Amino acid sequence: MDFGSTFFYKYRRFVKALKIYLLLAGPGLIVMLADNDAGGITTYTVTGAKYGYGLIWFLLLLLPVAYVVQEMTVRLGAVTKRGHAEAIFDAFGSFWGWFSFLDLALVNWLTLITEFIGMTAALAIFHVPPVITIIIVSIVMMLMVLQGRYWTWEKIAILFAALNLIYIPAAFLVHPSVSEVISVGLIPHFPGGFNGTLFFFLMANIGTTIAPWMIFFQQSAVVDKGMKEKDIPWGQMDTLIGSAFTVIVAIFLVVVAGTVLYGSEVESAAQAAAIMMGTNPWLGTFIAIGLFDAGFLGAICISLASSWAFGEVFGWAHSLNLKIREAPWFYACYLFALVSAGTVVLIPNAPLVLITLFVQVIAVTLLPAALVFLILLLNNEEIMGKYRNTTLQNMAGATIVIAIIVLSTLYGITTLFPELLV
Amino acid sequence: MVTIESIFGTRIGGVIRGWTDKITEINQKYAKPRIKMSRGVKIALLFLRVYLVLLVILLGYKFWTLLR
Repeated sequence: MDFGSTFFYKYRRFVKALKIYLLLAGPGLIVMLADNDAGGITTYTVTGAKYGYGLIWFLLLLLPVAYVVQEMTVRLGAVTKRGHAEAIFDAFGSFWGWFSFLDLALVNWLTLITEFIGMTAALAIFHVPPVITIIIVSIVMMLMVLQGRYWTWEKIAILFAALNLIYIPAAFLVHPSVSEVISVGLIPHFPGGFNGTLFFFLMANIGTTIAPWMIFFQQSAVVDKGMKEKDIPWGQMDTLIGSAFTVIVAIFLVVVAGTVLYGSEVESAAQAAAIMMGTNPWLGTFIAIGLFDAGFLGAICISLASSWAFGEVFGWAHSLNLKIREAPWFYACYLFALVSAGTVVLIPNAPLVLITLFVQVIAVTLLPAALVFLILLLNNEEIMGKYRNTTLQNMAGATIVIAIIVLSTLYGITTLFPELLV
Repeated sequence: MVTIESIFGTRIGGVIRGWTDKITEINQKYAKPRIKMSRGVKIALLFLRVYLVLLVILLGYKFWTLLR
């Protein structure tokens, strides 16, 4: 074949592969970009403000961590056609099933409150009252699911996920020194020496990378999308691309915060956006929009993860492909989660800071169990057949799971007892 | 004989009864774990139980110190 024919053949193959990918992409991309939720955005902003570019290398390490854990949910969902909540009930019995399910429902609801806090704080910068934000967000989120097709929901969610990339142009607005980003950011070191505060920040960044809801969400999404065993490689690629995006977004946000806010005491992304608004309105606007989008994306995934789990456990119809009359309890759960979490944010003097801290502590009670169950399920030949974990996958998975359990536990404990850091 | 309906009335009692029946049905459905309880699985589940008990003790201690 001449060069032209070879090129055309390869081009056609690439286009075909791209079309299949775009058809099957979704759960991995959405869950990974939703991983950068309101809490995650705050963590990265505060990390950048505190340590500049100094911890970018650490964020790169989180890419394989996120991928290895979430990839297992793709295989488990595609092979068993069951969500994670149902899989735990089935494999480990009702005790562990109820524990995981009830803990998930509580953690998700509390996390949903933090997403609403993020969204209201972001739009407050544009003088939008919290009550308006919550009403509009709840309506949009209900409309997204009520159209009765998973595919449509997924493509709308991907659009919102794409908005998460707003931190990339934001980084170009602040004109960071690329050589400094590379020399300071990419060489592993502990800025200011290894101490309790730095350890807390490392743990917080890991804590925001893997959350219990992500495991439940992606597995249920894979099932609802109808992915089969033959689609697993595409699901893995989707998860890998999503993992890369989530780390890229995190790095660009750290670059923004590290350039503009380095050395200043910042406690939240909303506060950072307000500060930036005063110096560079475009930058402040980008950060605020990004924070709102992060909260929104987190909220749609978390509320769906809960609704799917309720449906799986109670045996209710639970699919975005069903109309409201076909799956009334599924949509009722979704609506209740939104309305109740939104209402809490509007209660005057509600202990929102306490809730945010409480989320981190309660998540620590569920994450190890969810991860251990994941590894055990992926090793069961009766359930997984030829898709069970290989030795290499087990080594990587077990190392990462043990590291996450240890660090997230320490994170929870230091959140509970901050005096231990001194 | 005291029943849920006699305490909460027919309407609310009926709803509660429906829920308790559903939970009982789920418990019966998943009474026997499907996964084979090999030594590895048993150790992992034991670790989780110990881990959760320790966490509950820590949370309880924190709550007690806050109250004090």
